[in-house]
Amino acid sequence: MSAIAFPEPDARIVARRDEIIAGLAALVPAECLVTSRDERRAYETDALTAYRRLPLAVVLPRTTEETSRVLAWCHAHGVKVVPRGAGTSLSGGAIPQEDAVVIGVSKMARILDIDYADRVARVQAGVTNLGISNAVMADGFFYAPDPSSQLACTIGGNIGMNSGGAHCLKYGVTTNNLLGVKMVLMDGTIVEIGGDWLDSGGYDLLGLVTGSEGQLGIVTEATVRLLRSAEGARPVLFGFETSEAAAACVADIIGHGVIPVAMEMMDKLAIEICEAFAHAGYPLDAGALLIVEVEGSEDEMETQLKKIVAIAQQHGVKTVKESQSAMEAALIWKGRKSAFGATGRVADYICMDGTVPTSQLCHVLNETYRIVEKYGLRVANVFHAGDGNMHPLIMYNVNDPAEQEKAEKAGEDVLRLCVDVGGCLTGEHGVGVEKRDLMPHQYSAADLAQQMRVRAAFDPGWLLNPAKVFPLAGRAA
Amino acid sequence: MILSPTSESDIAAAVADAREKKTPLAIEGGGTRKALGRPAQSERTLSLAKMNAIVFYEPGEMVFCAQGGVPVESIEAMLAERGQMLPFEPVDHRRLYGSSGAPTIGAVAACNISGPRRISHGAARDSLIGLRLVNGAGEAIKTGGRVMKNVTGLDLVKLSCGAHGTLGVLAEATFKVLPRPEASATLVIRNLDDERAVQALSQALGSPFEVSGAAHLPAGIGGPDARTLLRVENFKPSVEYRIGELRKIVGGDVILYDEETRALWRDIRDCAFFAAPDPRAIWRVSTAPSRGADLVRLVRKSGEAAHFFDWGGGLVWLAVDAGGDARAKDIRAATAACGGHATLVRAPDELRARMEVFQPLPDAVMTLTRGIKASFDPDGILNPGRMYAGV
Ligand SMILES: Cc1cc2nc3c(=O)[nH]c(=O)nc-3n(C[C@H](O)[C@H](O)[C@H](O)COP(=O)(O)OP(=O)(O)OC[C@H]3O[C@@H](n4cnc5c(N)ncnc54)[C@H](O)[C@@H]3O)c2cc1C
Repeated sequence: MSAIAFPEPDARIVARRDEIIAGLAALVPAECLVTSRDERRAYETDALTAYRRLPLAVVLPRTTEETSRVLAWCHAHGVKVVPRGAGTSLSGGAIPQEDAVVIGVSKMARILDIDYADRVARVQAGVTNLGISNAVMADGFFYAPDPSSQLACTIGGNIGMNSGGAHCLKYGVTTNNLLGVKMVLMDGTIVEIGGDWLDSGGYDLLGLVTGSEGQLGIVTEATVRLLRSAEGARPVLFGFETSEAAAACVADIIGHGVIPVAMEMMDKLAIEICEAFAHAGYPLDAGALLIVEVEGSEDEMETQLKKIVAIAQQHGVKTVKESQSAMEAALIWKGRKSAFGATGRVADYICMDGTVPTSQLCHVLNETYRIVEKYGLRVANVFHAGDGNMHPLIMYNVNDPAEQEKAEKAGEDVLRLCVDVGGCLTGEHGVGVEKRDLMPHQYSAADLAQQMRVRAAFDPGWLLNPAKVFPLAGRAA
Repeated sequence: MILSPTSESDIAAAVADAREKKTPLAIEGGGTRKALGRPAQSERTLSLAKMNAIVFYEPGEMVFCAQGGVPVESIEAMLAERGQMLPFEPVDHRRLYGSSGAPTIGAVAACNISGPRRISHGAARDSLIGLRLVNGAGEAIKTGGRVMKNVTGLDLVKLSCGAHGTLGVLAEATFKVLPRPEASATLVIRNLDDERAVQALSQALGSPFEVSGAAHLPAGIGGPDARTLLRVENFKPSVEYRIGELRKIVGGDVILYDEETRALWRDIRDCAFFAAPDPRAIWRVSTAPSRGADLVRLVRKSGEAAHFFDWGGGLVWLAVDAGGDARAKDIRAATAACGGHATLVRAPDELRARMEVFQPLPDAVMTLTRGIKASFDPDGILNPGRMYAGV
């Protein structure tokens, strides 16, 4: 049995499948329409792979105008739509439903304009996150938000989830690096929000759209800020005996007014898993590992590191390992960035994403062990310690329904705890279907109703990604 | 009639009552920015003056939460004591308007008020992480929280930030903060024209040296010579080093330190060059930096205007004659040609009452805007008409 409920498919829509496909076929060429069962399979889930739903059809429009025509048609015919980027959502945000059409942005994958004088790039929504940085790297620039999935995930999906990454401690998440979008509303209206300038003349619709999980419209183009890379960057490994010591060190570094670019933490199991995969030289005898990255000139990095090492020593650091070359630095990050994939080779897992006040890191970590153990499962923790964004990877066997249920229950308990200590359900992966039914733990009925009314101002018929984010029960009619 | 609630539930009761009686409320913090936006059309004022408690301050987590009526000055003092600061350098509008009173943190959140450091550290909206607000139905709503990263549900924090109190009365605001840099210095390049100045600013902003202020003051603004200004804030040795590196890239004549640099950036932040009682109308235009100089040229074609640039050329402050439409037609046309948005920051009430103060919105965006307003404030009780007619 599966714990997450999906709404019953609307039988009237499913019965009209042939008619709907014919309608869509009149709008886009055959290569933009996926209808066969086999090919639709590629879209039946995202990175929350325990759940699968085969969509009615998949449309891959090539332009904003095509997207507009398809949405207008779906709107006129009451057909639900699930927007999709690369399908790497960990919260099931891109999982389809049987009575819905998936609209994917993968055929809109061009970089339209790069402007170094204004330090912006205009890109289509299907461009990958790393694609932007790669395009400007040779000129010394980068796009800051760096989710570990950056090789695959799209800027459209990043906007959908307001994605973050390891370097967000200094550079912020998607919403802090986005200047404008072109977006198609459910009724086909094309709107431009923002542009290549700062801030908004009216309400901050850009801020609202970012992280809206495909419920307000389909983003077809984005204008993002480019930043100039630092003169140098150096990640350093710190091995501690206990997670407590590592967490206390994180708080102390911040307390000293030093904000590194990144402060990532791994617990013992995560260290073992990542080291076995990446051979990054992680200290296997450590109970917890910190990756702290500093930036600047050689001298500046030296000075900062001296301060950080001194603080770490006060917390009894066992190993300090500075990367001596670009290759070593890359290896250190490879280990961290492949943590999810490496864990996936060991076991199936679900990844929680709660954020907690940094003073609560240790408490929540210890409680997480206790909770997961109670369900008889294992957990590896690898997370953004600097901003309190935890990622317990709860391991289970996907072919054992009882174990899956236990894993989900354990995850829920951990997330409730995150909220109870002053944090939130999700720091960067989004609510999707996964955390939808936990929303009342964080928000009151009035809070949620207000969000839903705002949602309805964009999509009064609740046709866009309707089964996500808000609990199925208690929705405003 | 002035209402001065002392708690969130007081605010909720006041709003519910106003809704029942269909009497709109003008929402006020310190009252220093009454002249910002379209003039209020309300007989009742809801003042946040008595909502003046710090809810919490956790220096170790770099976050604080304050009630809406807390003066910005108190917050800055509280943060300074622990070596921290508001990253976004909020404008103090008192000089521009010649107003008195104390600007409040609630208004900073409501109006998304940011200064020169916006280019490097984001706007108020980027540091604001949580709100408690009372919507127009008198319901207390929580959005966001107290943690740095939070994507749980729709981001009504950003939506409310910059809504000028038209969506909710902000009872509590939670901000993240940053360590106050150890040192600050400004590199001054003299006698560049607008084009060359913006190019220099762009070069500097495109360098790895983390410029946190990039302004250009043409001749006659704050001094006889044109001055192009680049600020670096960091640990002392880094400031020295980075200013030196910047100088290699863009040249530069003088370096200002300490109180000199601080005073200069305060003037830029607050638009002190056009301070009251200067009778001119003031516009604030955000555009792409490389088009800032073009925009000024377009505005100048059809009449006089004094100006200076912040944000690397992307923020254009304009002072024009307050007669007629205060050059609205020209400035709106120039903004449309260059891309961006223009706000009539200062003009006589009578003028602001009969024209758009904020950037006019395309129909589809206006429809969304009205829908959002109705979803928060169905009967138009909160600051009605402050941003747009009916909004
Ligand atoms: C191994 C791994 C590591 C990861 N690491 C990170 C990490 O470090 N940080 C992080 O934040 N996330 C991480 N993620 C999660 C995921 O990659 C991000 O959420 C990513 O932004 C999703 O992008 P996508 O293109 O795959 O979008 P999808 O998964 O296809 O969609 C995500 C959501 O956005 C909506 N959407 C997609 N495209 C559009 C569009 N054009 N317009 C409107 N809505 C749209 C969808 O409906 C859905 O709700 C990781 C995932 C994996 C599998």
